[in-house]
Amino acid sequence: MKLVIERREISSALLRFSAPVASIGIALFVAGFLLLASGVSPLAAYREIIIEALGSVYGLSETLVKTTPLIFAGLGVSLAFRMQIWNIGAEGQIYVGAMGATWVALFSGIQNHWMMMVAMFFAAFFCGGLWAGVAGFLRARWQVNEVIVTLLMNYIAILWVDYLIYGPWKDPKGFNFPLTAQFSDTARLAEYFNTRMHSGFFLALFCALVLYLFIERTVWGYEIKVIGSNQKAAQYAGMNTGLAIFFVLFLSGAIAGIAGFSEVAGLQHRLQHGISPGYGYTAIIIAWLAKRSAIGVVIVSFLMGVLLVGGDSLQLLWQLPVAFVYAFQGLILFFLLASDFFIIYRVKLIKGGAHA
Amino acid sequence: MSDILHIENIRKTFPGVIALDDVSFSVAQGEIHTLLGENGAGKSTLMNVLTGLYHPDRGHIRIAGEQIHFTSPRDSLACGIGMVHQHFMLVPAHSVFENILLALDKVPNFYSRKTYQAKIQKLIDEFDLDLDLDTPVWKLSIGAQQWIELIKLLMRDCQLLILDEPTAVLTPQESERLFNVLRKLRKQGKSIIFISHKMREVMEVSDRVTILKKGRSIATRTRGDFDESILASLMIGKDKIPQWQKTLQMSDEIVLDIQKLSVRNDRGLSDLDAFNLQLKKGEILGIAGVAGNGQKALAEVLTGLKNTNQGRILAGQKDITNSNARYSYIAGIAHIPEDRKTIGIAPDMSVDENLIMKSFKSGSFRNWIFQNKRAIRRNAEEKIEQFAIKSGPDGTPLRYLSGGNIQKVIIARELSEHPAVLVALYPTRGLDIGSAGYVHKVIADGADRGMSTILIAEDLDELLKLSDRIAVMFRGQLVGYVDPRKTTREEIGLMMSGETPGDSA
Amino acid sequence: MLEILLDATVRAGTPILFATLGAIINERAGIINLGIEGLMLIGALAGFSATYFSGSLLVGVVAAFCVTFIAGSFHALITVQLRGNQIVSGLALTMFGVGVTALFGKGMVGLTIVGFERVAIPGLSQIPIIGKAFFNQDMLIYFSFLLVFLVWFFFYRTRWGLGVRSVGENPAAADTCGFSVSLYRFFAVTVGSGFVGIGGAYLSLASTPMWIENMSAGRGWIAVALVIFAGWSSQRAMLGAYLFGGITAMQLRFQAMGTTISAHILQMLPYFFTILVLVISTHRLQKGASQQPEGLGLPYDREDRK
Repeated sequence: MKLVIERREISSALLRFSAPVASIGIALFVAGFLLLASGVSPLAAYREIIIEALGSVYGLSETLVKTTPLIFAGLGVSLAFRMQIWNIGAEGQIYVGAMGATWVALFSGIQNHWMMMVAMFFAAFFCGGLWAGVAGFLRARWQVNEVIVTLLMNYIAILWVDYLIYGPWKDPKGFNFPLTAQFSDTARLAEYFNTRMHSGFFLALFCALVLYLFIERTVWGYEIKVIGSNQKAAQYAGMNTGLAIFFVLFLSGAIAGIAGFSEVAGLQHRLQHGISPGYGYTAIIIAWLAKRSAIGVVIVSFLMGVLLVGGDSLQLLWQLPVAFVYAFQGLILFFLLASDFFIIYRVKLIKGGAHA
Repeated sequence: MSDILHIENIRKTFPGVIALDDVSFSVAQGEIHTLLGENGAGKSTLMNVLTGLYHPDRGHIRIAGEQIHFTSPRDSLACGIGMVHQHFMLVPAHSVFENILLALDKVPNFYSRKTYQAKIQKLIDEFDLDLDLDTPVWKLSIGAQQWIELIKLLMRDCQLLILDEPTAVLTPQESERLFNVLRKLRKQGKSIIFISHKMREVMEVSDRVTILKKGRSIATRTRGDFDESILASLMIGKDKIPQWQKTLQMSDEIVLDIQKLSVRNDRGLSDLDAFNLQLKKGEILGIAGVAGNGQKALAEVLTGLKNTNQGRILAGQKDITNSNARYSYIAGIAHIPEDRKTIGIAPDMSVDENLIMKSFKSGSFRNWIFQNKRAIRRNAEEKIEQFAIKSGPDGTPLRYLSGGNIQKVIIARELSEHPAVLVALYPTRGLDIGSAGYVHKVIADGADRGMSTILIAEDLDELLKLSDRIAVMFRGQLVGYVDPRKTTREEIGLMMSGETPGDSA
Repeated sequence: MLEILLDATVRAGTPILFATLGAIINERAGIINLGIEGLMLIGALAGFSATYFSGSLLVGVVAAFCVTFIAGSFHALITVQLRGNQIVSGLALTMFGVGVTALFGKGMVGLTIVGFERVAIPGLSQIPIIGKAFFNQDMLIYFSFLLVFLVWFFFYRTRWGLGVRSVGENPAAADTCGFSVSLYRFFAVTVGSGFVGIGGAYLSLASTPMWIENMSAGRGWIAVALVIFAGWSSQRAMLGAYLFGGITAMQLRFQAMGTTISAHILQMLPYFFTILVLVISTHRLQKGASQQPEGLGLPYDREDRK
């Protein structure tokens, strides 16, 4: 007997919906063993995550606080995905975006709140965009692998921000802590309901809408989809694929950069180390889980927000390292990829061997 | 003679298509058995079942009377079945030696290079081939690559050899040489399954012929029991072939003048080497040549996908070689690419979206930065009707359409701008007779309207039937022109191997 | 001075060398492995804890190999058997590696072991300038020299190696010749991952004999880039790894000398140079005959009709 793999003629809608759900379920199950191995009861841990992230107005607001940067970064990464371009550098783009916004907030001297917001927004937008644009340029001009370049640039971005906050931008009144000075009220986004939730969340939703229209309705969106579907065909149809690659990576990084603006203007009110605890990497999972949809990015970002808030409380309760969330996310991705296989293929047993 | 192979009631389906439906036939020891059928009849699929690449849904394979289930090519090889695939199964980056060694059975993990080199060399000498074992395969001509494929099977001592359209890449003279080798192998008692759709060759070498049609085996005939017309009528049956009439348009106006064009490829070799060509208004200029002699580069240069290293392209009096003018002129050059699925279409997108791939920026398909979905839809409805495209439900991704319908989508798109020049690269490759006839009709009709066509094809019969003139290419150079009404296959064949008409006389 | 720098170069380059060789074995078989960073961490932790509990460095190295072999088999299973996206699977492996080592390594932080010690090779280590750097080193470094040769020998002198290269270049060709594409790819990924693990173990058993969370610090990514620089050849991988070892060694030297340049800026250098080298070697790749395996990154589906 032998196993034979066959392509399914059609994969049912039920299967396509249930497979990702099942893979998250299996990931939870397997992660449970990791928790057990580190001496924590998985059931208690999962209950803790749900209660902390969703069980109170405060918890929910914290979840939305985490959801906000994830939406931006997820949108950025998924835009590049549409063109089969891998932006693994959202993490670094968040940092340089935050850096750009911080520069405006601390040194531009703008007094008007709205002008300040607009200036900070665009500073973050262009910093993130240009940072990713480097990889875009290298990819478009010399076909340099954008996965490696965007990723390595994360390390450089984080070190660069460290350099600034340990050096030139360090708050002189900050008791030598590696922090910049706090932003003035002009440079802060509005906050709501006495929580840490800020208007960056609505900006993120708005961004998702704009991006949806951009992809599905505009001529450029069409071009991106053609290039994503078949780059050679796009070239043959006369499209400038090199320019499109640069442009899309720029935009992808710019959107991730806005997350940096939203974090410093809405939440941290200063630039400091660990401005993003890996939102940029979580964004890759978000983009992959959401497949092609901007709405999907918003929903999955919320789920990941729950996980991050829960992860924080696990750290407080049981001293689990925050990085544990990564292990969990890696597992989700693994099982998601595995489930894709069973959506496309069917496995069956047949008689086998040359001389059966 | 005893039957070495029996195939009974094989059925194989792919998502959406029945590729093989109840196929049966058998091969005797020491015979050359031809599988005849038009493209899409299921010949290659059947052979992939026989070599263990595909797993049949139903049916039996018997070898020397014993029932066999193949689960991988390894099983099939173990039974002495070997195949020369239409797309060669060679590793281009590896040397000839490594490619052949890969195919050998029972090579110890720590093998002795010397021993195996000697063994292989012996066989190469036996067949009097000119192959250097250390050359990487990508440097070799396609004809030489095919010999490597054959040697792989002979080194394994396969008893049943399958050759899938082996002559498609050979000149008529080279084909003759191959047939001689096949006859020699038959004499040694080997069985050969020969796959072809060229009637002439089938008549020349076959002991028996089995005709496949739409996935079914419809008849088997023994030598003496068939002639060309019997086979043709069996093969084509009652299929409708679009009819067309071509009026000869021999205007002397030159629309495209290519002078001493040179193009290098990524590996630094010359694809085109001081290539000259003149295209007249309204003519169909056929280009003959063994695949890999620069045809693809020619098409790519003309359509702006590749840059030239040297030489000029004149449109009328205007030099359009590498200037921006070339790109605006390219709009006037339509292109049917060689490989439909890999460069012709965006497979995940709908017919509507694929039809506007070249004109999506034009005012008729957009409002400011937004796409005009209604106009795009209307355009698709028109084209689907005009070109009789079977497109499935609205929004079906193009990848699910048949090859013929994909080709129609490409043609509909390319001709919608009323181009002055059409560059068609193997436009009927892989199409069934009906669809191929349709493509011919479109080209002939275009010529009547004054469109000039550069038709690059591998089938000499197709070129002879359709062209007003035929240019022959060899190693990136123009060997010469012939008049399809006066020339012979032998003349073209010699030119395809680089001999100018004067030399051969 | 030069002697010391050269010695530091070899020591800093060795973990990257192991990782690059492992990545080359993966990619030669046609599988992109972006999990190298995660695998190095897993190897580092496995090697450290096995040595800590057994007291034997050899057990540590073997454990690093075995554990990463198993971790790599996740990637192999998903990309080879289940034909999943290689890039996403590799990223998942890295995330998993970062997370799981942080989780299980928590209890190991601060513990110490006796790491690998130098063993001078009589005679050779007396050669001026290079003698100390190459022949007065620890056993793992000598093993890395051997491995460079073994990888070359495997690929170009054995039938298995020919099989691995063939499934990476043209899996259909290997398949029709009776080679099992999935088997060859699976073992190339897992064994390659095992060597990456030894690279990780070098960090925690020789470089700094202790476990630090996230101690690979991007070396895995540098290795991924070096594969391209090396043109998928083990000898050139050695050159590349030492090049980066050299940059790291110089950066550390600068810091030790107390320069005024910020440490953060100096730490950027290896990443910056990696990008630079990647650009140059990609550019070179495009001009000459490409050494990149043609089937790299593509899942093999026998019944996929083209």
